[in-house]
Amino acid sequence: MGIVSPGFHGRRRESAVKLPPGQYLTEDFPVLSAGPTPRIPVEEWELTVTTETGRQHRWTWRELLDLPSETPRVDIHCVTKWSKLGTDWQGVSLDVLLADVDTAADFALVSSYGGYTTNLPLEDLLDGQAWIVYRYDGEELAPEHGGPVRLLVPHLYFWKSAKWLRGIDLLTEDEPGFWESAGYHDYGDPWREQRYQGD
Amino acid sequence: MARLTETRQETGTARTLVFDVPGWPGHLAGQHVDVRLTAADGYAAQRSYSLSAPDRVELSVQRIPDGEVSPYLTDVLGVGDPVEIRGPVGGWFVWRPGAGRDVLLVAGGSGIAPLMAMIRARRLAGRGTRFRLAYSTRTPGDVFYADELRRPEPGLDVTHVYTRVAPDGWPRPPGRLMAADLGDGPPDRDCFVCGPTGFVESAADLLLARGHDPRRIKTERFG
Ligand SMILES: Cc1cc2nc3c(=O)[nH]c(=O)nc-3n(C[C@H](O)[C@H](O)[C@H](O)COP(=O)(O)OP(=O)(O)OC[C@H]3O[C@@H](n4cnc5c(N)ncnc54)[C@H](O)[C@@H]3O)c2cc1C
Repeated sequence: MGIVSPGFHGRRRESAVKLPPGQYLTEDFPVLSAGPTPRIPVEEWELTVTTETGRQHRWTWRELLDLPSETPRVDIHCVTKWSKLGTDWQGVSLDVLLADVDTAADFALVSSYGGYTTNLPLEDLLDGQAWIVYRYDGEELAPEHGGPVRLLVPHLYFWKSAKWLRGIDLLTEDEPGFWESAGYHDYGDPWREQRYQGD
Repeated sequence: MARLTETRQETGTARTLVFDVPGWPGHLAGQHVDVRLTAADGYAAQRSYSLSAPDRVELSVQRIPDGEVSPYLTDVLGVGDPVEIRGPVGGWFVWRPGAGRDVLLVAGGSGIAPLMAMIRARRLAGRGTRFRLAYSTRTPGDVFYADELRRPEPGLDVTHVYTRVAPDGWPRPPGRLMAADLGDGPPDRDCFVCGPTGFVESAADLLLARGHDPRRIKTERFG
């Protein structure tokens, strides 16, 4: 337990669900990003997956929409302390997207239009744990929330769920992304409160 | 562990707090800290606050009606009381005195805090980087650091934007931030935008429309 702050009682907005440590519930949908919001017309949007051998796989917007989609309902947890429960998305499971990609890589470095990057172990993108999504709450995904397409990896802090998704590099060695290079935790498990390096 | 040593009322609803933190490693203008409050029964809440000075642990907190943490920091915490502070955090939204390029700061409400750290760091460095600040508040009474910003400072150009009530005779009618408020001059500047999410979204869009390079627009959203 930390140092007691005299006279602090807290609001304790109790909820039936248990939140990861240090998180509080929010009803609205805060926006966090490091720079201005890129606006990418869907006709120009393209996703590239590059394997460790340099082999490239590409999907256009139309090709993405033609893949079988899922509608995950998940809780999301931002490192800035808010959690949002039962969010509704539509998109393509990474299991579908990577099914025909031949790789022995253990790591993924995800990159965005606008220059943002974030890294994850490849296994965290597979087995029904991650999607690339283009709809939120029944609507087209708004640019400030990462539209037209963002990554969704709800079991990690939300900075891993890169907005304005553009590419995934499959790597044999881990390479830190934008926030990871700026002192944030390499993995980012909210339940273990892995916010910063050394947590 | 930090101890409150000094406070100053910034506005009717905001207070600046100065802490003594033994072993503090120092920080860059623009970084923030996490403040963690713990109740007697172990219940804890934490929030982020920007450091508003480059050379000491100073925070400026706006009371959010209904808030869990900010009313405690503005109204309850007393000089001598301990709090847990973690940081400094964040290595992106920072200004380094050596950067050399002209700077445009755009603040909404309490979003002035990290930008004030940059203005003060520039003053401490004693160098001639040109700064321009566009600062949006609802009314003149909501301006943080009002006396300090009123003092003329060579190379620092301050524009106030009032969204609800402007002082008598103010040339600009009250209203939201517009392109004209960002001044003229070439868009080859490092831009720092900070405030509530909606404000940051629209200010960053205005900067893009004026031709600023998106890679040189850094934003911090207070939620
Ligand atoms: C990197 C960073 C730096 C920050 N720096 C500062 C700072 O220097 N000074 C400062 O005063 N704040 C700052 N904030 C905001 C701060 O962390 C808290 O969000 C704020 O003090 C409200 O906390 P609370 O516990 O009082 O309210 P909560 O209990 O979290 O919320 C109460 C209600 O107010 C709403 N609310 C929460 N935050 C805001 C807001 N900012 N504006 C309007 N409504 C809100 C909530 O949605 C909720 O309905 C910063 C935030 C971040 C992410």
